[in-house]
Amino acid sequence: MASTAVANSKLHQSLALYQTAIGKKYVVAVTGAILFFFTIGHMLGNLQIYLPNAQEALANYAKLLHASAELLWAVRLGLLSCFVLHVVTIAQLYNLNRAARPQGYVRKTPTLSTYASRTMYLSGPILFFFVLYHLSHLTLGSTHPRYVEMDPYHNLVIGFRQPLASLFYVIAMSMLGLHLTHGVWSMFQSMGLNHPKYRNLLRNFATISAAALSIGNISIPVCVLLGIIGKDLV
Amino acid sequence: MKLTLNVWRQSGPNAPGKMVRYDMPGVNEDMSFLEMLDVLNESLIVKGEEPVTFEHDCREGICGSCGFMINGKAHGGFPKTTVCQLHMRHFKDGEELFIEPWRASAFPLVKDLMVDRSAFDRIIQAGGYISVPTGSAPDGNAIPIPKSNADRAMDAAACIGCGACVASCPNASASLFTAAKVAHLNLLPQGQPEKFDRALRMVTAMNEELFGSCTNMQECEATCPKGISIENIAILNRHFVEASFSERPATAEVGAG
Amino acid sequence: MTLNSRIPGGPIERAWQTTKFNMKLVNPANKRKYHVIVVGTGLAGASCAASLGELGYNVTAFCFQDSPRRAHSIAAQGGINAAKNYRNDGDSIYRLFYDTLKGGDFRAREHNVYRLAEVSVNIIDQCVAQGVPFAREYGGTLANRSFGGAQVSRTFYARGQTGQQLLIGAYQALERQVASGQVKMLARTEMVDLIVIDNKARGIVTRNLITGKLEIHMADAVALATGGYGNVFYLSTNAKGSNVTAGWRAHKRGALFSNPCFTQIHPTCIPVSGEYQSKLTLMSESLRNDGRIWVPKNAGDRRSPDQIPEDDRDYYLERMYPSFGNLSPRDISSRAAKRVCDEGRGVGETGLGVYLDFRDSIQRLGENAIRERYGNLFEIYERITGENPYKVPMRIFPAVHYTMGGLWVDYHLMSTIPGLFVLGEANFSDHGANRLGASALMQGLADGYFVAPYTITNYLAETKLEKVSADHAEAKGALENATNLTNRLLSIRGKKTVTQFHRELGKIMWDYCGMARNKQGLEFAIGRIREIREEFWQNVSVPGSGSDLNQQLENAGRVADFIELGELMCLDALDRNESCGGHFREEYQTPEGEAQRDDENYAYVAAWEYKGENAAPVLNKEPLSFEYVKPAQRSYK
Ligand SMILES: Cc1cc2nc3c(=O)[nH]c(=O)nc-3n(C[C@H](O)[C@H](O)[C@H](O)COP(=O)(O)OP(=O)(O)OC[C@H]3O[C@@H](n4cnc5c(N)ncnc54)[C@H](O)[C@@H]3O)c2cc1C
Ligand code: HEM
Ligand code: HEM
Ligand code: SF4
Ligand code: F3S
Ligand code: FES
Repeated sequence: MASTAVANSKLHQSLALYQTAIGKKYVVAVTGAILFFFTIGHMLGNLQIYLPNAQEALANYAKLLHASAELLWAVRLGLLSCFVLHVVTIAQLYNLNRAARPQGYVRKTPTLSTYASRTMYLSGPILFFFVLYHLSHLTLGSTHPRYVEMDPYHNLVIGFRQPLASLFYVIAMSMLGLHLTHGVWSMFQSMGLNHPKYRNLLRNFATISAAALSIGNISIPVCVLLGIIGKDLV
Repeated sequence: MKLTLNVWRQSGPNAPGKMVRYDMPGVNEDMSFLEMLDVLNESLIVKGEEPVTFEHDCREGICGSCGFMINGKAHGGFPKTTVCQLHMRHFKDGEELFIEPWRASAFPLVKDLMVDRSAFDRIIQAGGYISVPTGSAPDGNAIPIPKSNADRAMDAAACIGCGACVASCPNASASLFTAAKVAHLNLLPQGQPEKFDRALRMVTAMNEELFGSCTNMQECEATCPKGISIENIAILNRHFVEASFSERPATAEVGAG
Repeated sequence: MTLNSRIPGGPIERAWQTTKFNMKLVNPANKRKYHVIVVGTGLAGASCAASLGELGYNVTAFCFQDSPRRAHSIAAQGGINAAKNYRNDGDSIYRLFYDTLKGGDFRAREHNVYRLAEVSVNIIDQCVAQGVPFAREYGGTLANRSFGGAQVSRTFYARGQTGQQLLIGAYQALERQVASGQVKMLARTEMVDLIVIDNKARGIVTRNLITGKLEIHMADAVALATGGYGNVFYLSTNAKGSNVTAGWRAHKRGALFSNPCFTQIHPTCIPVSGEYQSKLTLMSESLRNDGRIWVPKNAGDRRSPDQIPEDDRDYYLERMYPSFGNLSPRDISSRAAKRVCDEGRGVGETGLGVYLDFRDSIQRLGENAIRERYGNLFEIYERITGENPYKVPMRIFPAVHYTMGGLWVDYHLMSTIPGLFVLGEANFSDHGANRLGASALMQGLADGYFVAPYTITNYLAETKLEKVSADHAEAKGALENATNLTNRLLSIRGKKTVTQFHRELGKIMWDYCGMARNKQGLEFAIGRIREIREEFWQNVSVPGSGSDLNQQLENAGRVADFIELGELMCLDALDRNESCGGHFREEYQTPEGEAQRDDENYAYVAAWEYKGENAAPVLNKEPLSFEYVKPAQRSYK
């Protein structure tokens, strides 16, 4: 009797994790965490634009990243699968959650949930479209007016001189901040890390890192538009 | 004082439902919310109308029978308060209130404000217990339990199974309820042998009952009448993931002779 | 009718052991062939159904709530007694036995009470093993507190939610059996009649509260664990749904009803505030450990409590009962409160209240220590009254709380109908004329975990049970009976609501069969109750239909039974020309106003036999003998 435990359940062991909502949430958290760390690293790389020899620094940085094709593609594939898993899993959970409450309330008043947490399904998809655009803009160059292979400095400055493109970057990066304000805290909770002693710490970490990310990123198009960077380029 | 009530009326699970307006004069501020509905019902009966069906029993916030949404908040949204403990002094004269049943696929509507929460019982059946047959217990003091553990277990065990967490969760998730039980039992030494089984089985049951997933919105904690913390959901997540990585099939062998 | 209580011979210390040894057993392979019905899933019912399931019986359990976890036991706050002597303060099984018997004013059966004390020890162990989070000391061992009526610290507790935690433990054990298929749980199903075939209980008729369908369930034995009937008073600390229906209908089928008038009035409840009031809320008695009870010395003193100097306060319990003081037993404390209020010294708007003051203990221990001990109770109080008890003394007043009476059972917990067992508050057995605090939880779990599984097994093993089916004439008759009752209630379509009748009945009961009773009042009450009954059947308004969820109909059936029970309670109170425990007849009191027991003429259990709708019930007596504890006038001075 006592050990009928798993035999009782309808789960196949190896898939147990992913078949339940908690397991799926775990996948979202892990992929989210990887994307989060990537975004931090990526921003630090991009902030080299403020260095005095920005054009050279960024070009070297690009070269470094492109040094080994195998490694580059391994990382790209890793990121891509995180991205896909993150989005697909979220889509599945979204359906589950919709089905869990087919009929809504006439009145519903939020209490402790935050604006950020309630808009994850808005900020997320905007990020999704941002990434598509961003890749075509700065990696493939297909939506870029004057794309130059392996010269990120040039591509950034020229690209961000278009106010509409910059505006979209600013909006998207605000969404990133919003997404991560909830996302980073949420990721700890989903992975089982929460303790009254550290709850505020984690909350603050999430807010601060999200703010830093979005401000750091937003500064680039803004500085280009204001002409603070890229004066040297015509 | 005088209130206007908009109450969800639906005669059965498959019947159409709608909000119906009632004027409630003469509300006394020392009344509980349910007593106010009693007064409404008495007046409906006298008028030959069907009284509003709502669930209740203890009327002191412990049985978990009562509960509905008031103005979009489960149990009215006052800290650590069930509707049966909610007194009318919290409302203002002339206020208009919207009263709706819990909404979730896992909680099918029975009538008016009453829903079927038997899904909670089935989650408990999946593993929300310690398997100890009557008569086989060691002395109560045989295993000392650090006070802080006993207290944390008690904090989680305070859940009354009311369903407000599900009702207020934007995803209709039963995470807080399930987590409270897993944490209560898994924090105690007596609960250790079945710790991982319990997490696996209860989470699976929660899924099978069509509850939504937790996106850490914290609405549940805010309206939980027992103030159960979402820290317990983290504990549930942790134990569940550990369990899914470490679980192995049971070996079934019966000795002969 | 002769009442055979089946009390075992030999020394009381060995009685239960010997009885258990002499009982017949059922072969494990045969157990599943037996079907046992358990009605009620409170502490008594849930623990019994779970234990029978574990043993291998085929069990069906019933409750009227939507889940077994919501049974009224959940509301118990204070704690559960057990003779563990973990405090080394002189406790023992014998002392718990002695205290319970004395607390019950020598109107309980010695052997039952001894057994209760004996198994109390196992209950705590069982519950700990199930994961009940009892309060602990820093060293990790179980904490205890003292409770009304006892001078040792033997009460185990889980914050102010002891009943909840114990019930959840039993509920979880029950759900485990449901999962394994041993127990079938039918929630939202109310028992409306008992099926008796060949003078044996063989099943019940139920009403599905969602669909209204009336159904027959057959079984080899039936256990009723349906709780107490305090709601006969309309206002009580019981849950709104608590009712006497199962017990009363079994009574009408031949089970004797014992000591119906023994009602416990709890001294520490929040006073009534208005007409609409639907129930009363208890403040756990444990508050009396640190709170001091007082009223102004002078009648009509309307000053606010902080304006009343020490000299103008009367700490009447400490004054009248110096050795027990604020911890005097419930009946004594309640009556003392009534007395000071009758003298016009009551406090609050209605004058029906006394102060329970924590000022001194807050000064002595600090507000935090008090918050740690009673925080949740203080919150409850503040929520209901809107007053902060850390600053302003609480106001409390007695309220109906527990009913010691119930269906008569023998030592095996079997009623006068063979095969009908009665457990927990629904039976009359262990508390005599007054129950000590923290003893009801103990009794419920003792009955369910450790007594009924043995005695039911013994019954099944030694009884020849014919095969009977739901087509049996008796079963069909009971079903028809239930159908007729429903139709009758629905066809009246009168002018008064069920609640109006209930309130009227409750008021009569409280005024004339409550804390104090007298002959004249009781006779008047009996007349009034008969009138209420008459009017009920002509003028009650039950809207809706019988084939649907209909809360008014459910309630109407319950109130109809309360009206009949109320009359029997008054008859019983009228018949008992003495005062004992919760039964205080004003004619029988000592010059100091204490209860005057009459052991010569009334040392018996009254067991009433139903004789038909308009016939007078017949009183049977089970004499009580006291070999181990000599009855003495209770004194808590
Ligand atoms: C507010 C309060 C506080 C208390 N505190 C304490 C305390 O601290 N310590 C202590 O020892 N005692 C305490 N008591 C007393 C104690 O709680 C009860 O006596 C005890 O719990 C009764 O348990 P039970 O199992 O007999 O019945 P209950 O718990 O009342 O259960 C009755 C069951 O029967 C079912 N039922 C009833 N009628 C029917 C029917 N017709 N058909 C189907 N099912 C039916 C119900 O659904 C329920 O499941 C307290 C009581 C109250 C009111
Ligand atoms: C591209 C489309 C994206 C969509 C649709 C999306 C959507 C979501 C949603 C709905 C959540 C669930 C929120 C929750 O459960 O609390 C989530 C979580 C998260 N997302 Fe995204 N997201 C996207 C991209 C990203 C990106 C680019 C990052 C990183 C920079 C990211 C980081 C995170 C993190 C860290 C979490 C928290 C994980 C958790 O709660 O366990 N997401 N995402
Ligand atoms: C204002 C903010 C940003 C700037 C200025 C920026 C800039 C750039 C540049 C210049 C490149 C091209 C690098 C190269 O090809 O050498 C690049 C690539 C990329 N960026 Fe960004 N980026 C920003 C924000 C983001 C964000 C928020 C994300 C994801 C959440 C992101 C994801 C990527 C990815 C996936 C690539 C492709 C890397 C590769 O595989 O080559 N970027 N970005
Ligand atoms: S966790 Fe809180 S809200 Fe949810 S069922 Fe338990 S008590 Fe109710
Ligand atoms: S509100 Fe819902 S999303 Fe999670 S934290 Fe609570 S269950
Ligand atoms: S009625 Fe029991 S919790 Fe409200």
